[in-house]
Amino acid sequence: MAYKRHIDRLPIIPADARKHNVTCHYCIVGCGYNAYTWPVNKQGGTEASQNIFGVDLSEQQFADTEAWYAPSMYNVVKQDGKDVHLVIMPDQECSVNSGLGSVRGARMGENRRSDKTGTQQQRLSDPMVWRYGTWQPTSWDDALDLVARVTARVIDKDNEDDLFVSMFDHGGSAGGYENTWGTGKLYFQSMKVKNCRIHNRPAYNSEVHSTRDMGVGELNYAYEDYGLTDAIFLIGANPLETQSNLFLNHMVPGIRNGAKVVIVDPRRTVTVNACEIEAGKENVLQLAIESGTDLALFNTLFTYIADQGWVDSDFIAKSTFQGQVAQGQDEAHPAALGSFEMARQECRMSLAEGAEICGVAEADIIKAAEWIAKPKDDGSRRKCVSAYEKGIIWGNDNYRTVGALVNIALATGNIGREGGGVCRLGGHQEGYMRPSDAHVGRPAPYIDQLLIAGQGKVHHIWANDHYKTTLNASEFKRVYNKRTNMVKEAMDARAGATRGELVDAIVGAIEAGGIFSVNVDIIHSQIGQSAHVILPAVESGEMNLTSMNGERRMRLVEKYMDGPGSAKPDCLIAAGLAQSLERVLREEGRSDYADQFKGYDWETEEDAFMDGYHANTGEIVTYDRLRAMGNNGVQEPVVGFEDGKLVGTKRLYADGQFDRHGREDKKALFCAGAWRGLQAPGKSAQRDSYAFLINNGRSNLNWQNWFLDKDNDFVSDRYPFPFIEINPEDMAELDLEQGDLVEVYNDVGATQAMVYPTSTARRKEAFMLFGAPSGTQGNVINAGVNELILPNYKQTWANIRKISDAPASVRHLSFKSKEYTSA
Amino acid sequence: MSRCTRMVDVGRRQFLRGGAIAAAGAATATMVPAEQARAAGMALVEYPANRIANIADLAPNEPFDVTYPDADAPGVLLKLGKPVEGGAGPDGDIVGFSTICPHKGFPLSYHAEGRTMNCPGHYSVFDCEAGGQQTWGHATQNLPQYMLRVDDKGDIYAEGVDELLYGRHSNVL
Ligand code: SF4
Ligand code: FES
Repeated sequence: MAYKRHIDRLPIIPADARKHNVTCHYCIVGCGYNAYTWPVNKQGGTEASQNIFGVDLSEQQFADTEAWYAPSMYNVVKQDGKDVHLVIMPDQECSVNSGLGSVRGARMGENRRSDKTGTQQQRLSDPMVWRYGTWQPTSWDDALDLVARVTARVIDKDNEDDLFVSMFDHGGSAGGYENTWGTGKLYFQSMKVKNCRIHNRPAYNSEVHSTRDMGVGELNYAYEDYGLTDAIFLIGANPLETQSNLFLNHMVPGIRNGAKVVIVDPRRTVTVNACEIEAGKENVLQLAIESGTDLALFNTLFTYIADQGWVDSDFIAKSTFQGQVAQGQDEAHPAALGSFEMARQECRMSLAEGAEICGVAEADIIKAAEWIAKPKDDGSRRKCVSAYEKGIIWGNDNYRTVGALVNIALATGNIGREGGGVCRLGGHQEGYMRPSDAHVGRPAPYIDQLLIAGQGKVHHIWANDHYKTTLNASEFKRVYNKRTNMVKEAMDARAGATRGELVDAIVGAIEAGGIFSVNVDIIHSQIGQSAHVILPAVESGEMNLTSMNGERRMRLVEKYMDGPGSAKPDCLIAAGLAQSLERVLREEGRSDYADQFKGYDWETEEDAFMDGYHANTGEIVTYDRLRAMGNNGVQEPVVGFEDGKLVGTKRLYADGQFDRHGREDKKALFCAGAWRGLQAPGKSAQRDSYAFLINNGRSNLNWQNWFLDKDNDFVSDRYPFPFIEINPEDMAELDLEQGDLVEVYNDVGATQAMVYPTSTARRKEAFMLFGAPSGTQGNVINAGVNELILPNYKQTWANIRKISDAPASVRHLSFKSKEYTSA
Repeated sequence: MSRCTRMVDVGRRQFLRGGAIAAAGAATATMVPAEQARAAGMALVEYPANRIANIADLAPNEPFDVTYPDADAPGVLLKLGKPVEGGAGPDGDIVGFSTICPHKGFPLSYHAEGRTMNCPGHYSVFDCEAGGQQTWGHATQNLPQYMLRVDDKGDIYAEGVDELLYGRHSNVL
């Protein structure tokens, strides 16, 4: 049977419950919620005067009511050491979501840790050190002392290359301005760590270098632009599932207003279906291109649009670079950048060529160009929002492909204006505030390959799980297990030794090829199984946390509950580590170096915020001011404080001045990136050797919240294994039934998935759920990256074979079409 | 294209039993082990046993409108023609579900070909042959299903619901 909670009544929120501002910390959209808390021995009543809604709750409430919350929004948690009821429900007043919850965010409540209801017992509550052959809970002082002593042995003033760091750079979740600043100050100011990477990729780099090099920051619009536009151009994106309430609350109204939709995706997603329902099929165009040919499509569109003269010449003249080449192609720039005409020359691709490469009809390319750029009958400019995400970010030839898309937006003047924008949709929220990373260099070091090659002696990991979400994961795990085991064995062999002797033993193992692994996380992750020291962090709501969403909307999530045990905000963990390093270095007589670790006397996350964000952005934003802005917050950059309110910026580049590249002239650049086939090493060979394209990505249900959801009954009941969508005829050929477990295997590794029959899947093009704990998709992704070390997940080919009949845990599942149809 | 974008009327408003409702699932003793804590949540409200139809009323794969546990809670009975989990009646094929979407309360409609309940609000799909499991969607719970009993005369009684109904803080108001 499908999972049911058997909860058929909930405590009512009393009229005097405490209300906290909350921004959902799972995805980029950052929907507004409110957390209500009240003492565990009190409750509201059904009479209007007795509940927070002021509504008679003895009556059935109707659609879209403000006065209902689901069992998934409820829990009993600790607040200031006392048990309280907690309800976290969507906020109708927030312009981002207008009261909509999603299948992820509307489960924040039940995904809080609770000793009373037993939820999220997997959360880490105390520091742990590898001792006597397992992890033993201990104090912060003890754990940080060991980390500092071992770390101090491998770093020195001006040479910190043996310290490898994996650290999140995002907002929301347990990221945010406070925590990126804490870690950033430690590794980029006190130290200059070069060998570092970001949570979801194997290097410390931007996912969208080209748009930035062209002068265009990747989050330049406001969500309301979807409601003001003539066309929505979606590329490699599936917003109904991965930015759910952005789609429902902003794109759908735009479509109902008459915006046409162009979707570039080899796969028919539920987004395509929903757009067809809202707009009618005749107003939706899906360009189901051959996987990885987006660049050819964009260059063809760019050529055609320019040849038709459907460009904004005025804008091009005033706001873009005039001349030829502004930035030549080199090691750090996988394409030259310069003027419109220069790019037009380089990118030129005929309709026939483009149609051939992309496997779509010429007529459809023309139709797309018309919907995106053809001036209206009265001669006025057509407005178009272009939105892209992992389909091209983690796809073929990232730099040129993103650049080619931005070319189209620049040529048509669709940036910085109402109903325009060329933006990535995003994954997590953002919340980046760090000292310069210039010392890392570009291309940045390919950390995971360096680790495989035996480099790195100490590894600090901040909420990264390479084991679940890296490429070439099979080999990475093999080597990392071996190297960390060498240290574990050395530690085991010195049980009972003094601290000094233990550190010597660890350093001995490191010098022999081992690696000392420190894991800071909220749960005991898969890579955390290799750790020698584990440090427990808190997440959003267990601390005050600031982030910004996909339209740069900054909010403060107010702390509404205690963190588990002695877990701390990452910024304060970083501060503790800095202080421990300072102490150890001073003890060792390295006082010059020790001085670099001063400046962390933060008592709270607010202190870290003031030291980082506040001090570096004009000293305007404070917690109090942000709190007063509620769940609508303020759109960054924040430019002032007037009449008791923070003043923000609705869209970037409204003045036609482009500055993301740092050029003095503030002119945007075009990208001259010609099509060059599958760019990353090993991809074409793989395509020629294996039967199935293994396209991959997220689902509505399984997304940034999966680290918690592996302990959530509702979610694990639906997908005990990652699904792989396969065409029924392919299934017949492989003798597969729904729910069967298959092995997906190729030249780099193997993984497993559960067969989900999908009639809309194209033959020999499967789609596998990414990031599952029970089937690591990254096992079959080869090590091939682009010149700037951006992974290429989407272009992966493999064979498929059955390993088991449908196991008992999946027999009750629905395997029906995920597409809504009206009656 | 032509579908209505807002639910209009789910049912007549009606005053029903009000009154204080005990806090469910809120065990307060310290250090309750997880399993025990979860079990405490099983204290269910008392449901009426309502006769909501007779087998003779049902035709295979045709939705039969009912209300349960009261007139303000619309639902549906289905005779699926094959035994399913939770199915009642001599053939084990009769199931009953709420027809208010647990996401935001829009009215679901039955998609006979797929045997799913589909929501025009935000496209959620629930599988009637899989206990109301959300095949795809935004709701954070699967579709509330009725506990059914069929007597010798073929009368079908609903005697409980396995999830909280949208728009209620207690399934029995
Ligand atoms: S759409 Fe994203 S931000 Fe909004 S509730 Fe869902 S997960 Fe949270
Ligand atoms: S109300 Fe049914 S999907 Fe939203």
